[in-house]
Amino acid sequence: MSWMLLRDLLSGANKYSTGIGRIWLVIVFIFRLLVYIVAAEHVWKDEQKEFECNIRQPGCENVCFDYFFPISQVRLWSLHLIMVSTPSLLVVLHVAYCEGREKRHRKKLYVSPGTMDGGLWYTYLISLIVKNGFEIGFLLLFYKLYDGFNVPYLMKCDLKPCPNTVDCFISKPTEKTIFTFFLVITSCLCIVLNFTELSLLVLRCFIKCCLQEYSKTFESSGCECHHLKYVECGEIGAPRLLQSHCSSFDISIPQKPEAKLLCNSQED
Amino acid sequence: MDWGTLHTVIGGVNKHSTSIGKVWITVIFIFRVMILVVAAHEVWGDEQEDFVCNTLQPGCKNVCYDHFFPVSHIRLWALQLIFVSTPALLVAMHVAYYRHETVRKFRHGERTNEFKDLEDIKRQKVRIEGSLWWTYTSSIFFRIIFEAGFMYVFYFLYNGYHLPWVLKCGIDPCPNLVDCFISRPTEKTVFTVFMISASVICMLLNVAELCYLLLKVCFRRSKRTQTQRNHPNHALKESTQNEMNELISDRGQNAITGFPS
Repeated sequence: MSWMLLRDLLSGANKYSTGIGRIWLVIVFIFRLLVYIVAAEHVWKDEQKEFECNIRQPGCENVCFDYFFPISQVRLWSLHLIMVSTPSLLVVLHVAYCEGREKRHRKKLYVSPGTMDGGLWYTYLISLIVKNGFEIGFLLLFYKLYDGFNVPYLMKCDLKPCPNTVDCFISKPTEKTIFTFFLVITSCLCIVLNFTELSLLVLRCFIKCCLQEYSKTFESSGCECHHLKYVECGEIGAPRLLQSHCSSFDISIPQKPEAKLLCNSQED
Repeated sequence: MDWGTLHTVIGGVNKHSTSIGKVWITVIFIFRVMILVVAAHEVWGDEQEDFVCNTLQPGCKNVCYDHFFPVSHIRLWALQLIFVSTPALLVAMHVAYYRHETVRKFRHGERTNEFKDLEDIKRQKVRIEGSLWWTYTSSIFFRIIFEAGFMYVFYFLYNGYHLPWVLKCGIDPCPNLVDCFISRPTEKTVFTVFMISASVICMLLNVAELCYLLLKVCFRRSKRTQTQRNHPNHALKESTQNEMNELISDRGQNAITGFPS
């Protein structure tokens, strides 16, 4: 089990992402995951061994290190990366669920399970919101735990069993500060990308819905049956579902060439 | 996720690169990434452990090490390699977008005479012209900027590319000016010079590639203007000739039908 598993899972999500989603994936893979594995992990490798307090009292260094670093920055960083990447799996799971349903019923229920319409659109939207939530949450947690993003070279500690206020020196504080800021900047960039993607998705859906409403005023739907609603699949938006409750009725609806009528049966 | 994955991603761009671009990719991965992973990591592995200062004052060693090495050489090289490789992704994204558009047009029946099937589109080598030329040139430009930038940062941070065997440090809490000794300074200098040389070679390759692309465009444009200059009314002459041919053939037809059977 290693970061390769996360990389493979996220690569699967790439297929169902928008253009901005793919840019987000590239940034996560290259500027966050790769930098973490090839550089950042090694900076914090010997952090406790090289943490030195100006005292010979046994236990003082341990207690002070534990107080200043309840969780190591590099471990928090790795948790951050995992939590931020996993909402993309919701999309993969949704598509797998749709494909599973089609297999079970042995008929085509969706135009294409991977097209971003209907349920998948909502799942994608939720995954974006959750991703952003995690990004902002972890940044705030980082800030609160370490009193900012700057790593000082010296900390004063007077916890028991330290006999007085002692000076404790952190190893490689400048390098750690540089990588911390790198993490924060890439995180903020990912937040901006997620917000942009979210806005674009909502805006596109809004425009499509407005256009659909506008075009429908010039169509004759011909059906007064309140059980039937018209569906247009394969378009981004929140389409209405066709439910054939009234199979005993003779229904004649003028066929639009680009519309595909699907039966979403109530047996499920 | 490791250097192998980056190699796979950048290797995909290789197909659409010029010959100089392919040489550049080889130099990057063999003479820089591989050297960094198999050799440099070992040399710098114990850099802080074996950094020794001539004092027992706790904290002095930490502070002096931090002052002289704000960022470790290997981390800076790793960042440099990542930043220098990523502009190639611009080209990869452009090619992916171009293929996506071609597939869309093919599905609408627009370019069926050019390609047999979708696999043909995926296998096609995209030529570096038009908007891809601009993307490719921009990526080379950014590569040069990043290489030069990192080389300058290196020079600025470490006061040159040579590592001394002793450093004098008098920063608090060190009680006085103490001698601090770096581990393996000669070996580190050798590898630093090697990596800088590889960086210079990569930069020269990028400059050569940029010049090659610019010359190619200038040559193509001059060829086009020369063709237009030699045959200024070529198009007009052609259409006039076509009309005359039609008239001649019509008259010939009439002449034939006019013969008594």
